[in-house]
Amino acid sequence: MDKNTSVDDRPEPVSRRKFATCAAAAAAGWVLTACGPRRLHDVPRDRLRQLVRDMEREYSARYGTTVAVSDAGPLPGVLFGYALDISRCIGCRRCVYACVEENNLTRDPQIHWIRVLQMDKEHGVDFTHADPYYDPEQVPQEGHFYVPVSCQQCRDAPCTKVCPTGATWTEQDGIVVIDYDWCIGCRCCMAACPYGARHFNWRTPSVPPAEVNPSMHYLGNRPRPRGVVEKCTFCIQRVRAGRYPACVEVCPVGARKFGNLLDPDSEIRYIIEHKRVMVLKEELNTMPKFFYFYG
Amino acid sequence: MCKRHVVALVCALLPAASVAGCGQAPPGGSTQPDLAAAIHSTEPKRTPVPLRVEVPPPPFSEGVFPCSDCHAEPDLPPNRTRRTLVDAHDDIVLKHDETQRWCLDCHDADNRDRLHLAGGDPVPFDESYRLCGQCHGEKYRDWRAGVHGRRKGYWNGAKEYLLCVHCHNPHEPRFKALAPKPAPLRPVRSAQ
Repeated sequence: MDKNTSVDDRPEPVSRRKFATCAAAAAAGWVLTACGPRRLHDVPRDRLRQLVRDMEREYSARYGTTVAVSDAGPLPGVLFGYALDISRCIGCRRCVYACVEENNLTRDPQIHWIRVLQMDKEHGVDFTHADPYYDPEQVPQEGHFYVPVSCQQCRDAPCTKVCPTGATWTEQDGIVVIDYDWCIGCRCCMAACPYGARHFNWRTPSVPPAEVNPSMHYLGNRPRPRGVVEKCTFCIQRVRAGRYPACVEVCPVGARKFGNLLDPDSEIRYIIEHKRVMVLKEELNTMPKFFYFYG
Repeated sequence: MCKRHVVALVCALLPAASVAGCGQAPPGGSTQPDLAAAIHSTEPKRTPVPLRVEVPPPPFSEGVFPCSDCHAEPDLPPNRTRRTLVDAHDDIVLKHDETQRWCLDCHDADNRDRLHLAGGDPVPFDESYRLCGQCHGEKYRDWRAGVHGRRKGYWNGAKEYLLCVHCHNPHEPRFKALAPKPAPLRPVRSAQ
């Protein structure tokens, strides 16, 4: 090699042309990003309204009915909590199917947001002795009790922490939601959830048009595409309108209770103050807002 | 200020207050409620619930109410003797502390269209929760708070209650077993 050739390690001075090109490209990129798709998490209010109208048009055409997609935000001073009386639940699974109908869950392939676990009285609440596939003639069965499990709406939710795209987060009113447009289907959240509450659409979900619930919410029961994760949202389309979740109203034994944890007059506060209350897998410190109690 | 401080403050002021109030205060003095008020002032305020609760009409069997249609005084005078019914209502199986009670412990013999409390006060059928609550006080309290039993409506507004008898047959109150809805499908593994 020629010894006279020395390596010039000084940075090459940026030409005026190069600088202008780069600046223009950066500006164009910024403009494109700002105008392009955004997470529903941080989309501005008027843009959200427009997105929701687009959804309404699309779903109305798809199902042949008038679909209303709500964009209701969290109510101030509200933190939702849920309580389930294990001493009352008889394991009839009415809640499971009310949830399927209310939240437009896929019928085939089947997804259930609520899983009712049959447990032995002998072993207590013990997931190693839990059977979700029990199918006797009549329930409750002697020597068993029932623990329905769905999303526990953790205050320190492991699922939202692992999402690489920020497609799942906790709303101000405590509901953990998913943006189905930003979910890339990596299923990290499913691995992180200690309650098995998240479900993946392995195949295209199917809901018969005649059975579609036309009252939807953009973060809840709107139709999901294939390849995204979904889960219980406390019936966000109902509770943000002041109603009880579908499972609460359908429960024939009145085992399910729901309310505002910040309201001292609410049923949920009465339960926490007067009953023996527990949460599932307390040792994991996920701090569920879904409580189980003995009434 | 924490609750302990409030109590300490009230305790310190209590002798002075009772001396000052001596003579004027009626028996059972005004200091007692003050103390209670001070202690409870740190607790969250609860809205008092009215005694009467709006409920849907009781689930009578077809054509059975009003009872006075059949139980009219001249034709059918009340027979207060405890016995097994054979002429009518023989379809009712009492499995509700049946060794201790019978019909007229809850149904009123003088006014057939009413029930009565243990003390004899009449209770209309649409307030039967007061009668049930005499024995099942804990459940009654929970029901009033909306914690026992089904409730519909709005979590932040009007709620619809049900009577005890909408879910529990008063003559046989144990909740009946139900046929469960289908079990979830087991996950299928696609062919490798």
